[in-house]
Amino acid sequence: MPVEIPKDKWAGAVKTVTLGATADDGGTRASKVVIGGEQTLPFMHFESPSLHRPVIGLEIRSSRPDDWSPLLLETWRDVIDDPAAWAHACEEAGADFIELMFLLKDGDGNPVSPDFAVTVVKSVLEATGLPLIVLGPGQAEVDNEILVPVAEATKGERVVLGLCEDKNYRTIVAAAMANGHLVLGRTPMDVNLAKQLNILITDMGLPLDRIVMDPTTGALGYGIEYGYSVMERLRLAALQGDAMTQLPLLVHPGFEAWKAKESKVGEGVPEAWGDWAKRAVHWETLTATALIEAGADAVVLRHPESLRRVRNVIDELMTLPEPA
Amino acid sequence: MALSGIQIYKMLPQTNCKDCGFPTCLAFAMKLAAKQVELEDCPHVSEESKKELAESAAPPIRLVELKAGQHEVRAGNEVVLFRHEKTFYNKPGVFVRVRDTDGATAIADKVEAAASYAVDYVGMELRLDGIAIEASSRDPETFSAAAAAVREVTGLPVILVADDPEVLGAALPALDGEKPLILSADSDNWEGMAELATQHGAAMGVRGSTLDELAELTEKIKEKGVEDMVLYPAADNMSRSLILHTQIRRLALKNFRSLGYPTIAFAGNGNDPGKTSVRAAQAISKYAGFVVVDSFAPELVYPLLVLRENIYTDPQKPIQVQPALYEINNPKPTDPVLVTTNFSITYFSVANEVEGSGLPAWLLVSDAEGMSVLTAWAAGKFDAERIAKGVQQFGVAEKVDRKVIVLPGHVAVLSGELEEELPQWEVMVGPREAVDLPAYMKSVLA
Ligand code: B12
Ligand code: SF4
Repeated sequence: MPVEIPKDKWAGAVKTVTLGATADDGGTRASKVVIGGEQTLPFMHFESPSLHRPVIGLEIRSSRPDDWSPLLLETWRDVIDDPAAWAHACEEAGADFIELMFLLKDGDGNPVSPDFAVTVVKSVLEATGLPLIVLGPGQAEVDNEILVPVAEATKGERVVLGLCEDKNYRTIVAAAMANGHLVLGRTPMDVNLAKQLNILITDMGLPLDRIVMDPTTGALGYGIEYGYSVMERLRLAALQGDAMTQLPLLVHPGFEAWKAKESKVGEGVPEAWGDWAKRAVHWETLTATALIEAGADAVVLRHPESLRRVRNVIDELMTLPEPA
Repeated sequence: MALSGIQIYKMLPQTNCKDCGFPTCLAFAMKLAAKQVELEDCPHVSEESKKELAESAAPPIRLVELKAGQHEVRAGNEVVLFRHEKTFYNKPGVFVRVRDTDGATAIADKVEAAASYAVDYVGMELRLDGIAIEASSRDPETFSAAAAAVREVTGLPVILVADDPEVLGAALPALDGEKPLILSADSDNWEGMAELATQHGAAMGVRGSTLDELAELTEKIKEKGVEDMVLYPAADNMSRSLILHTQIRRLALKNFRSLGYPTIAFAGNGNDPGKTSVRAAQAISKYAGFVVVDSFAPELVYPLLVLRENIYTDPQKPIQVQPALYEINNPKPTDPVLVTTNFSITYFSVANEVEGSGLPAWLLVSDAEGMSVLTAWAAGKFDAERIAKGVQQFGVAEKVDRKVIVLPGHVAVLSGELEEELPQWEVMVGPREAVDLPAYMKSVLA
C-alpha cells in the first residue's frame, strides 16, 4: 500500500556560519568549522539533506577550575594547569573546536589581566589548529577588559567572542567587527529575548553570518525540557522565515550536566543512581543527544568519552537515506 | 480528523424532524461538530453513519494498554508533534529485554534487578514498566520456560518477541488473563500472529522497514478484527529510526488511520550501554510509545527515566510542591529556618541535602509559582515581601524561638529588604548551591 509521505516545505533557512580561518582566509587554523544552513527540521534528510553536521567542542579553562567534578579533574589531570596543553589534548580527543573560558583569577590567584589573557589565547592557538571560542569570566567589566586585547591580538582568526548578553554586548561586538571575529549571544531560554539580542547585535553592523546564538539550556533532570522546547521553537521560527532567529544554535550540555549532583558527587547518593563515572558520562551524553535532536548545531562538552559517544550519534544521524 | 458540520450533515437523515430539539438537521450537525451535543440525541441516525461518525471521533493515535494484574502501561493518544504545542501525554513504557537462551538463573537475576528497581526523582518514584522476552532459541519449549521463569519473579507486563507464531504461542499460557504485546507480525507470519492476538486478547506488534509495508499490514490485520496494534519501524541506524518515527507521527496526526498506532523502538542490539543510552533517549524524546533496552544497569536506567519525566512534563505546569513550612529531621524551636521556592527541583535539591546531613531544620517553602530561585527572583515572585508573607501565613514565629532565617546564596541581595520586613529576625545568607548546605549548617549555624 503506497503511502504518500508528506514533506514540509519551509520559507526560511538557517544562515551558514564559519568558525576559524585557515591560511587561505587570513588565519592560522588548520581546520575550520562550518555550521548551520538547515532548510528543514533536524535530520529530516528526506526533505532536504543537511549540508553541515552538528559539531562538538570541548571546554577548557584559563587555569585549574576549582568547582569541577573530581572525575573531570582526574580525566584532564596532566594538562589541567596548562591551557595550551589542555587544548592540545582536546584536539587529540577529537574535538572540532575549543572553548576557552577565563576565570576571574589566574593560577596564582591574581585577577586576570589583559596581558595574561592575550598570552593564554596565543599559546592555545599555537598548541592547536582548531577554531576557538573565547569567553570572559562573565563579569561585564572584566570581560570587556580582556576580550578587546584578545580580539586585537588574534585579528583575522575568526575567533568566537562571548558572552554577549543584553546587559553587555556593545564592546564585544565592536571588537569582533574591528578584527574579523564572531560573537556568541546568550539569552535565558526565551524566543523573544533571543531575537531581541540578535537585533541589538546586528543593529551595530555585525552581519548575521558572524553570530552564533546560545539560548541557554538546563541539564537532564534540571530543566532540560525548557531548553529543549525553546530550541525547537527557535528552529521552527527560523524555518518559517523569521530572520532574527536564523542563526546556528550552540549550547553547553557539558557545563550544565556536570553541575548536576548526579555527575558531581560520587558518595552519599542513592544506590539506585548506580556507578558514578558511568552515570556522569550518561548524564552529559543524554543531555547533548536530546539537544542535538532539538536543533543544536554545536554542543560544548567536557568529557572525552561523552565526545566519542556524541560523535557516534552525529555520525548515525547524518547517514543519508539510500537513493530510492 | 474531526469532521465539519457539513460532513456530518451528509450522514444525518436530513428530514428536519426536530426530535433532537433543533429546528434542522444542519443545526444539529453544527452543534455536533462543536461537540456541544451527543449523537444519541438524534434517534434516527443509521447504524452505518453511527459507525462512521464514531470512527472519525477516534483519537488519531490509538490508545494501546498492556496489562498484567494491577499493572498497566499505556501508549498512544498523543495529539502533537512538539511538546510546546500542548504536551505529550503517555510516557513511553521502558522494558528490559531478556533472551530465552540466557538460562533460567541469568533471566531471573536480570528480571529481579529490573523489576525491583525504583529511584526517587523530585519526590516521584520512577520505575521500569516491564520485561521483553525474546525467543532467540526459536524453540517453543525454551521460550515458554523463559516466560514461566519471568513470571516466577515479577508480575510486570510482558512483551513477547518471536517470528514464528508457533514459538510465540507456546509462551502465552504463562500469561493467562493478561494483555501482553506480541511481536512481531510481518508479511509472512501475520495471519498466525493475528490469530494468537485474537485468541489471547493480546496487543500486536507489526514490523516493517517502510511505511508502505506497515500500512499494508495494519490494514490486513484490522480486517481480521485486531484493533490494538503497535508499529515497529525496523531501522538499522538512528537517522532512519528518527525519520520513520517522525513520519509515522506526522501522518497519524493528519488522521492517516493505517498508521494511527503507537510505535515501539529497540534501543540497540547487544550490550553496549553507550549505544543503548542514546538510542533509547532518541526513542523517548522522538515519539516512541514503548522502548526496549538490552542492558539493565541503574546508572543507565536512571537518566533515561528522568529524561522521560522531563520530556513528558506539561509545559504549562512546572512541577511544584505545596508552599508550606516543612520539618526536616524533627526540628526543635531552636533550629534554623531555611527559605526556598516551591519549584520541585529546587525544593528537593535543598530538602535532600538537609535530610542527608542529619541536621534538623525548618524549611520555609515560599510560593514562587513553581519557579527556581533565580527565575522567581527575576520574575518578581520571590522577594522579601513574599517570604515575610510565608512566615506569617505558616505561623513560623510561633514554632521557633531562635529567630534565624537563611536565604539562598543566589539571592543575597534580598537580605536588606527582608531585615526590614522581619525586624525580629536575624537574616543570614547561605551558600549558593544546596550541596554546600550541610557544611554551612555544621560550621555557621551550629
Ligand atoms: C529553567 C530556567 C527558566 C525556566 C523556568 C523554570 C522554573 N520552573 O523555574 C523559564 C524558561 C520559564 C525561565 C524564565 C525566565 N528566566 Co530563567 N532560567 C532558567 C535556568 C536555565 C535554570 C534555573 C533552574 O531551574 N535551576 C535549577 C534550580 C534547582 O536552581 P535553584 O532554584 O537556584 O536552586 C539551587 C540553589 O539556589 C540552591 N538553593 C535553593 N534554595 C536554597 C535555599 C538555601 C537556604 C540555600 C542555602 C540554597 C538554596 O540550591 C539549589 C541547587 O544547588 C537559569 C539559568 C541557569 N542555568 O541556572 C535561568 C535564569 C534563572 N533565568 C533568568 C531569567 C532572567 C529569566 C526570565 C526573567 C527571562 C525571560 N525568559 O523572560 C524569565 C522569568 C520567568 C517569567 N517571567 O515567567 C536568569 C536570572 C538572572 C538573574 N540573575 O536575575 C537566569 C539566571 C539565566 C541568566 N543567566 O540570565 N527560566
Ligand atoms: S433528530 Fe435527527 S433527523 Fe431529526 S432533525 Fe434532529 S438531526 Fe435531523
